[in-house]
Amino acid sequence: MASVTYKNVVKKFGDLTIIKNLNIVVEDKEFLVLVGPSGCGKTTALRLLAGLEEITDGEIVIDDRVVNDVAPKDRDIAMVFQSYALYPHLSVYDNMAFGLKLRKTPKDEIKRRVNEAAEILGITDLLQRKPRQLSGGQRQRVAVGRAIVREPKVFLFDEPLSNLDAKLRVQMRAEISKLHQRLQTTFIYVTHDQTEAMTMASRIAVITKGNLQQLDTPQNLYDHPNNLFVAGFIGSPAMNFFPAKLVKQGEKILVDSGDFQVTIPDSHSAPYKSMDGRSVIFGIRPENIHDADFAPQDIRGEKVTAKVDVTELMGNETLVYLVSGRNTFVGRVDPRSKLRLNDTTQVIFDMDKFHIFDAGTEEAIR
Amino acid sequence: MKTKLHLGKNWLYLPLVMMAIFYLLPMYVILVTGFKSFAEIDLKTMWDLPKGIAFDNYIEAWAKLSPSLRNSFVMVIPASLISSAIGSLNGYVLAKWKFRGSDTIFPFILFGMFIPYQSIMIPLVQFMKGIGVSGLPGLALAHIIYGIPITTLTFRNYYASLPQELLEAAKIDGADMLGIYRHILLPISLPSFVVVLIWQFTSAWNDFLFAVILTGNKEWPITVALNNMAGSQIIAWNVQMAGSLLAALPTLLVYIFLGRYFLRGLLAGSLKG
Repeated sequence: MASVTYKNVVKKFGDLTIIKNLNIVVEDKEFLVLVGPSGCGKTTALRLLAGLEEITDGEIVIDDRVVNDVAPKDRDIAMVFQSYALYPHLSVYDNMAFGLKLRKTPKDEIKRRVNEAAEILGITDLLQRKPRQLSGGQRQRVAVGRAIVREPKVFLFDEPLSNLDAKLRVQMRAEISKLHQRLQTTFIYVTHDQTEAMTMASRIAVITKGNLQQLDTPQNLYDHPNNLFVAGFIGSPAMNFFPAKLVKQGEKILVDSGDFQVTIPDSHSAPYKSMDGRSVIFGIRPENIHDADFAPQDIRGEKVTAKVDVTELMGNETLVYLVSGRNTFVGRVDPRSKLRLNDTTQVIFDMDKFHIFDAGTEEAIR
Repeated sequence: MKTKLHLGKNWLYLPLVMMAIFYLLPMYVILVTGFKSFAEIDLKTMWDLPKGIAFDNYIEAWAKLSPSLRNSFVMVIPASLISSAIGSLNGYVLAKWKFRGSDTIFPFILFGMFIPYQSIMIPLVQFMKGIGVSGLPGLALAHIIYGIPITTLTFRNYYASLPQELLEAAKIDGADMLGIYRHILLPISLPSFVVVLIWQFTSAWNDFLFAVILTGNKEWPITVALNNMAGSQIIAWNVQMAGSLLAALPTLLVYIFLGRYFLRGLLAGSLKG
């Protein structure tokens, strides 16, 4: 049980700055997910915390103790690696017991903890096997087990599910969430997969190019992205973006993309009143674009004319790729939709669920 | 198409078989001569089979060579073991604990492989005199040091192929630099040890030059003793050949029994555990 603080953390490799001034406070017992595209510095941030990389500037604090110069083994952390990094010559039992043996834990205590962890993870039958005799999912569990037996203050996960097949990934996702509830310990989890981040995190830190973009709960991140990057990164299919201009027409504020115009409802228009002529990016998520035939009655919809480019039937929904002038965008519509290739149609934008970003700074305007 | 391939294959075998026969001819002569009596030794009958199978020659060769066989073992075993151990530690540090200049030191160590024995004979003898080590220990020391480049190279390449995460996991588990080596890397180094042990055993065993300049009469290893078994007037070829086979036997046995581990070890870097 511990809080973790990144205070003005900088990491450089030679002239290359990987992390520029990172500030994050991870609360005790929180499940924090660091998410970002590959090369964004999220893994480096985790490795700094583990003590596997030396910090260039700033402080990392675990539970009121600055750990900058503390050896990895003394930081009271445990880490699950992407490749699992199981010791190939040791049995599952010995893999899990290794750290405890080095710490001179009494034998019966080791036995108790390993058996308990094995029970939690359902790998009791595998304790005598060698890693090469295990499947990917089983290895994954052993790697997690090796972390559990240490009873650390903080668990670190470095893309632990990326080597598993899709089905197993979904299953392990749920198991890791359950494990977090059961252990009541701080989890810090790195992934490039926004679905993993959304489904598991208590809070998500979105990182790109070595900078923290936004740190918030999954729902807030989804509903109120701070900037264009977060908006585009969280959610699948990604949010649609349209370069546009704000136009004041009497008391109404319009978004003019050049190819279509939509009106911002009065209840939302306050922030944009003084922005006549401003260049912005207009954003709307695919699920807020409806087939006119099946649009809910209670939304403030705006009609946009577009041509159907591709339709993808998913069963529970249909993804429609649309073209309007220079813009292509995707709508997630009712599966009963009759839209067909090359139809020109009117789709409905739900104007209660739109986003406006400054075209220059890419920050959200709200 | 099929017949053409078939024909090509047969034609390929012809030179292969001929080369194999050519290569095995000396072995044949060693074997048959070793069983001949002294009276049968003649250039004219050199290709003939022996009149009977007698082990007299081997008994005589054994009587003459057994002290030097022992010398060879006494020298070769520590030479291979110590050289392999040093190479393993070197390889570990050079592959996994890079320090400033480690990428410069590595090629320098490898350079040692390319220094011919002949070029260092005089300084070698003087050095051994200087440190007061002579005879078999001196010879073993020379082979230990001469073996370091190849053993370092082998282990470095093997360790470099192991994922860094393995070491990091051990680091977090609480192992330090030597602990990681002892608990994690050493136990999975067996294939590489087999490779360098065979290599070192063979090259130290077969060496003649260092042995002849560093050891005296009583401490001759088998290679030198075999050479000196031949009298100056008459050479008892039958005994000489029996002795040659005795001298070659240990390296042959090592390769026959450990050969498959040798190949496996050479491939160890390219295969996933």
